[in-house]
Amino acid sequence: MRKYLLKRILYMVLTLFLVATITFFLMKLMPGTPYSNQEKMTTAQIKIMNEQYGLNKPVWEQYVIYIFDMLHGDLGTSFQYSNQAVSYLISSRIGPSAQLGFQAMVFGLFFGIIIGSVAAINHNTWIDTTATVVSIIGKSVPNFVLAVLLQYYIALKLGWFPIADWGSFSYTVLPTIALGVGPLAETARFIRTGMVDVLNSDYIELARAKGLSKFGIVYHHALRNSLIPLVTLIGPYTVALMTGSMVIENIFSIPGIGEQFVKSILTNDYPTIMGVTMLFSVGLVLIILLTDIVYGIIDPRIRLAGNGD
Amino acid sequence: MGERILDVKNLEIDFHTYAGEVKAIRDVSFHLDKGETLAIVGESGSGKSVTTKSLMGLLANNALVKGGQILFHDEDLLKKTEKEMQNIRGKDIAMIFQDPMTSLDPTMKIGRQIAEPLMKHKKVEKKKALAQALEILKLVGITDAEKRINDYPHQFSGGQRQRIVIAIALVCYPEILIADEPTTALDVTIQAQILDLMKELQEKIETSIIFITHDLGVVAGMADRVAVMYAGQIVEYGSVDEIFYNPKHPYTWGLLNSMPTLDSTNLEAIPGTPPDLLDPPVGDPFAARNPYAMKIDAEKQPPFFKVSDTHYAATWLLHPDAPKITPPEEIVRRQKLFEQLEAKKEI
Repeated sequence: MRKYLLKRILYMVLTLFLVATITFFLMKLMPGTPYSNQEKMTTAQIKIMNEQYGLNKPVWEQYVIYIFDMLHGDLGTSFQYSNQAVSYLISSRIGPSAQLGFQAMVFGLFFGIIIGSVAAINHNTWIDTTATVVSIIGKSVPNFVLAVLLQYYIALKLGWFPIADWGSFSYTVLPTIALGVGPLAETARFIRTGMVDVLNSDYIELARAKGLSKFGIVYHHALRNSLIPLVTLIGPYTVALMTGSMVIENIFSIPGIGEQFVKSILTNDYPTIMGVTMLFSVGLVLIILLTDIVYGIIDPRIRLAGNGD
Repeated sequence: MGERILDVKNLEIDFHTYAGEVKAIRDVSFHLDKGETLAIVGESGSGKSVTTKSLMGLLANNALVKGGQILFHDEDLLKKTEKEMQNIRGKDIAMIFQDPMTSLDPTMKIGRQIAEPLMKHKKVEKKKALAQALEILKLVGITDAEKRINDYPHQFSGGQRQRIVIAIALVCYPEILIADEPTTALDVTIQAQILDLMKELQEKIETSIIFITHDLGVVAGMADRVAVMYAGQIVEYGSVDEIFYNPKHPYTWGLLNSMPTLDSTNLEAIPGTPPDLLDPPVGDPFAARNPYAMKIDAEKQPPFFKVSDTHYAATWLLHPDAPKITPPEEIVRRQKLFEQLEAKKEI
């Protein structure tokens, strides 16, 4: 197991290095400069600014400097907000995004698993059809439409939750629902398909022959086996949600990182683009490792294959 | 034989399909006594598995019981609710399935899988149930059972897995064990081991067995009595000697003729295919494939004719007015052996 982990971590570092390299050069290929009012600046001013930020050096040299600094924990300085360090920019904004993403994922998984299971148990009945329609709607309605609807009906008309802004838990409810409907629909679909298969398998028939109740069969035998295909989906989805959603954060004016990321691309804020990308990548490779470990816990057949490696 | 524990009377089961109603089980009656093994033989689609699933209350959703009774200790199982059946399944009537490779939950330790019926039916707490599971695991011949109880199904071979399935079925000491082709998916040497194990455990646990198979070779060593099914009906039943050495129904002849023995020189297949049960033929359903068919076979369904107190067959050939015919060579050879057997008994 230790050897396996060590090998995996080595691959992770290599992956991150490749991501950093590719992103860096792609980013440099983007048109434009970081200066928003370039036409008003003199050539001398631009030259001074370029020297200040090291943008006058050849690209490969900039790359070497960036990697060197990153390895020493320095992500550089943002071009946007009066010289804020990128690490500060990220750390001050990742909190709300991560919390919101996590809550949305828990919400989506919890209700998705229930809806998917109920649909599978009542396969080919009106309950199944209803659940399928719900998940299709959940998947196809963009979350910003839902967000606005929630704001109007739940927050404005009924006044149950705050309409926007960030504060106590009640502020997170509506954005969590808006963000969580996507994973809910996806989870429900996966669980339904998986469980319909599982419920037709021989070991479920054996479980019935044991005299177990319907609930006992689903809870003890069907659910775990239906979760296996879902595990692959959950990991990357969670990372994507936790590293920020620009649209939802904008609508609910949440000080998250998603909005920041988009802004940094539009303004050629190189250090911020790199910083957020690297954060996302680190999250992703970690979650993929975690997924593989969780896989082994859920499915013992995979655990053994991993050990033999 | 002992007390009668199961009595199936005039069972009729249909299946709703898009094409229409398939009459899968047509007027099937049989019984099972305590401690005996009844084999139900027949080709695929003859209704063997449907019959046993109806005993368990595990019929598919599109199945419809049209009539009949399944009396288990004089209580009709067909009248029980799903909840009541849950308390019978696994406790009084247990089942072994055909394919051990797929009939165990891949994500649950086998100890837990064996302990589950105990926890459900005997309200045994988990620790005690696992201890009992260990006992039964030793009983079915899993070596190193203390360690292996914490293993998962994929860590066992096919034969071992079938032993585990048997352990699950027997852990509550059921009165009836239904074995639905339990050795079909295993290779021949393992087959013999599993059959020996079943016989051994039957004595220890004092259970009755209903053994479903299409393999007559397996039946000979296992069963006390045999019922031959064809097209959703039982066409002949009797003691194992009577069926093997004094068969009366042409379908049983066909089955025995297509089974290799040490003395057989050539094997014969039964021509044709079974009838479509969407629209079962009038008369004897085997008539179309029967070289000895008479005019009446196509017109009227034969009743059961008594051969002996235990042996009945549904064929017009047994009618007193039927012409004398000579069965196939192999059957004549068997009947001679039967006469010798009977002669010995009388001395």
